[in-house]
Amino acid sequence: MYPLLSSGPATETLRMEKVIVAMQDPDMGMKMRNQRLLITVIPHAMTGKDIIDWLMQNYNINEEESLHLGGFLVQYGYIYPLKEPRCLVLRPDESPYRFQTPYFWTSTRWPVSELDYAIFLAKKNIRKQGELMEYEKERYSVLHKRINHTWDFVVMQAREQLRASKQRRKADRIVTECQEQAYWLINRPPVCPLSPFIETCRRALGRNRVKSSICLEGSYSEQYQNHDPIMQGCLPSNPWISDDTAHWTMNAALVPIPTRLRVERWSFSFMELLSDAMGRQEFMMYLEKEFSAENLCFWQACEEIRHGESSKIVEKVEEIYKNFLAPGAARWVNIDSKTMDKTLEGIKHPHRFVMDDAQMHIYFLMKKDSYPRYLKSDLYKSMLSKAIVPQETKKSVFPFVRRQRHSSPSPAQAAEDSRSKGPQAGSD
Amino acid sequence: MVVCCCLGRTATWVSYQLKIHAQKYMRSPLIPEMATQEVQLNETLAHLKSESESLKSKLEEERAKLHDVELHQVAEKVEGLGQFVMKTRRTLKGHGNKVLCMDWCKDKRRIVSSSQDGKVIVWDAFTTNKEHAVTMPCTWVMACAYAPSGCAVACGGLDNKCSVYPLSLDKNENLAAKKKSVAMHTNYLSACSFTNSDMQILTSSGDGTCALWDVESGQLLQSFHGHAADVLCLDLAPSETGNTFVSGGCDKKANVWDMRSGQCIQSFETHESDINSVRYYPSGDAFASGSDDATCRLYDLRADREVAIYSKESIIFGVSSVDFSLSGRLLFGGYNDYTINVWDVLKGTRVSILFGHENRVSTLRVSPDGTAFSTGSWDHTLRIWA
Repeated sequence: MYPLLSSGPATETLRMEKVIVAMQDPDMGMKMRNQRLLITVIPHAMTGKDIIDWLMQNYNINEEESLHLGGFLVQYGYIYPLKEPRCLVLRPDESPYRFQTPYFWTSTRWPVSELDYAIFLAKKNIRKQGELMEYEKERYSVLHKRINHTWDFVVMQAREQLRASKQRRKADRIVTECQEQAYWLINRPPVCPLSPFIETCRRALGRNRVKSSICLEGSYSEQYQNHDPIMQGCLPSNPWISDDTAHWTMNAALVPIPTRLRVERWSFSFMELLSDAMGRQEFMMYLEKEFSAENLCFWQACEEIRHGESSKIVEKVEEIYKNFLAPGAARWVNIDSKTMDKTLEGIKHPHRFVMDDAQMHIYFLMKKDSYPRYLKSDLYKSMLSKAIVPQETKKSVFPFVRRQRHSSPSPAQAAEDSRSKGPQAGSD
Repeated sequence: MVVCCCLGRTATWVSYQLKIHAQKYMRSPLIPEMATQEVQLNETLAHLKSESESLKSKLEEERAKLHDVELHQVAEKVEGLGQFVMKTRRTLKGHGNKVLCMDWCKDKRRIVSSSQDGKVIVWDAFTTNKEHAVTMPCTWVMACAYAPSGCAVACGGLDNKCSVYPLSLDKNENLAAKKKSVAMHTNYLSACSFTNSDMQILTSSGDGTCALWDVESGQLLQSFHGHAADVLCLDLAPSETGNTFVSGGCDKKANVWDMRSGQCIQSFETHESDINSVRYYPSGDAFASGSDDATCRLYDLRADREVAIYSKESIIFGVSSVDFSLSGRLLFGGYNDYTINVWDVLKGTRVSILFGHENRVSTLRVSPDGTAFSTGSWDHTLRIWA
C-alpha cells in the first residue's frame, strides 16, 4: 500500500503490462507503421492520437479518461516518445511513440530480492530434483506465475551459479549452501498463522446462511433514496453548493419544528428513531403517557455503561440496580426472570457488558411493542403533519455573486460554554 | 530449544523460534539441528496447510449452495441512475506534504486531516478556515479520527501509537501539552476510530492486530488476532446491538470481529491484493472494500459471501479508500491514479469519474448527513465534492 512498506512490484504495473500486451496483440492491437521523425523513418511506431483512439474504443471510455490512462503508460515507461524523449507526456496528436522492450519493464527490475529468491529456488530445484520443501514449492509456483516473462533469465542465472559453485571446494560449497538456506529461511515471506484460521473456518461452516435472493432483495437504498442529498438534492439547498446553511439550521439536533423528511425517517426503523435526539425526546413523551418511560431510561443508562469511562462502570451499575432492578425500585423494569437472575448474578462482579442481556431484552420489547404503537399514535401523526417541507431556494439571479460563508461555533466551544454556564445549561 | 510440534500451536510460533536459533547458527558451517527442526516445521506446516485447504473448499461449497441469484439480476427492476454532476466545492490548502487521512466531525462541516509531515489540522471545511493545528513528533501520520463529541481528535502513524488531543479554544495553548497517549502497538498505526463515545478507541496496526482501548486509562480492553499481515483499515458496524467491526489487511482478507469476545466471526478472502479500505453499507448488512487489485467489492454478511465486484479494464490503479452515499446506492472510490470513480452499487456499473486531484487520492469520506464527500490527496490538498 505504501511504497516504503511494500514487498513486491506495485500491482498496477502488472495490470499496466496487461494493457500493453493487449495493445500489441497481432489481431486486436494497435496498427503500427513507420513514423517520420525529421528525416529519419522509424518503424513500428504509432501516434499519440492512435493510442488515445485505441484506448477509447477498447475500454469504452471517453477521451479525457483515455488521455489520463495513456499518460500513465508513458509516465511509467511502457511507451516512450520519439520527439522530446525527456518529456514523458502523451500528446493527443501526430507525435510519434513506441513500445518499450520487456527487458526494461518495471516489474522485471524489481524487487531484486524476489528475483534472487527465485534464482535460489531454481538452483535448489535443478540441483536436487523434487527436494523443495512444501512452502518452497508454493513460493516457486507463485513466483513462476508472477515473474513469468523473466523466467528464462532466472533459470539461466541459476545454471550459471551452479556451474560456478561446482568449481569450488566441497567444504566451501556445503557452507555456502547452508548459509543460503539459513538466509532464506529467515528472510522468506512469513508463514500465515494457520491454526486461528482453521478455527475461524470451522465456525464459519456451522453458521446460518441466508439465500442470496432474500438478502439482496433488501430495498434499503430505495427507501432512503429521497433522503440521499447527493442523489436527490436537499431542501432548501445543499449548503456546499449554495453557501447557504439553512439546511443545517433546519435540521439541528433540537429544533421547535423538525422537517418532514426527518420525521419520516423515524418510521424507517427503531434505530433511526433512537439515534435522533428529537426522535428520542418525542418517543420518551409517548412512553410517559403509556407509563413505560422507565424502559427507555433504562436503555439509555445501559448505553452509558457500554460506552462510558471504565472508571465509572461500578458506580453506574450500582445506580442502575438501585433505580431499575432492585425489588421495589422507583422505576422497575419488567425483565423475564431468567435474564434478571443472570444480570443480578453478574452485578456482583460488574464489567462493561454486564447489562447487555437486560438491555437487549428491553430494547426488543420497545421495538416490538411500543415503537409500532408510537408510529400509529396521534403524537407521531400530528408531528408529521406539522413538520416543515422547506421551499427549494431558487438559484441566484447573479450566479457569480457568492454568498458570505458564515462560521459556526465549534462543538468544542459549545462544550466549554455549557461547562462555564454550570449544570443548569442543557445539552442534548 | 524446544520446538513445539503439537497442532494446537500456530506455525508462526514455530517459525519464530526457528528464526531466533537460526541466527545463532548462521556462522557455523554445518547446521544439523536446524535440518531436524526444519523437517519438523515442514511436517507441521504441511498438515496444517492441507487441513486449512480442505476446510476452505468446504466453506466455499456451503456458501455457493445458497447463492441463487446475482445482485445485478435483482437490480434489473430498479431504475437506472441519470448523469451525475459533482464538482469540487471547496479546496483546503495548508498541509505541507501528502495528506494521508481525514475524518468528519458530527457537526457535518468540520474535518480533521493528517499528513506525511506530521501535521494534524482541524478545519471548518465550509469556510475553509483552519481552527487547530498540531505537530506530531513523528512523520507519516496515517490515521486520524474525530471524537463523537467534537471536542477531541485522535491520531497516530509511524510512532506506533494512537494519541488523543482535546481541542482547546485557547489560541495560545499548545494542543500538544494535553496530549494523551492511548494505544501502543508494535508497528505503525494504520487506522483508528472512536466507538460510540469519546471513551473508547479502536485501532488497527502494521503489527497485524486490531485493538480496543479505554481512552481515560490507556488500558487495552480487547485485542483481535487473525490477520496474517499488516491490518490497513477498519470500520465499525452501524447495528442495533453495535458490537462488531470489519478490518482489511495486506493478507487480502476482510475479517468481521465480535468486539466483546475478540473472536473473528466471519472472514472473506476474494481480493487479489492488499485491502486498503473497508466501509459498511448503511444498513449494516453488508460492507464494501477497496484494494490494490484495482477493484471494489461488496460482501453480504447474511449470505456470507462476496456479491459484487466493481471494476473496469481501464481502471488499473489501486483503490485507496471507499465510502457509500447516505442511501447506499452510490459507492465512491478514491484511486491511486488521482481520480474518483462513482459506482452504482446495485447495478455494478460505473456512473461517473471525477478528475481534479494532482496526485493519488489517499482518503475519502462522505459527510455525516450525506450532503458531500471529502477527499485527501498526495497533492497536499483536501477537496469537498457535492
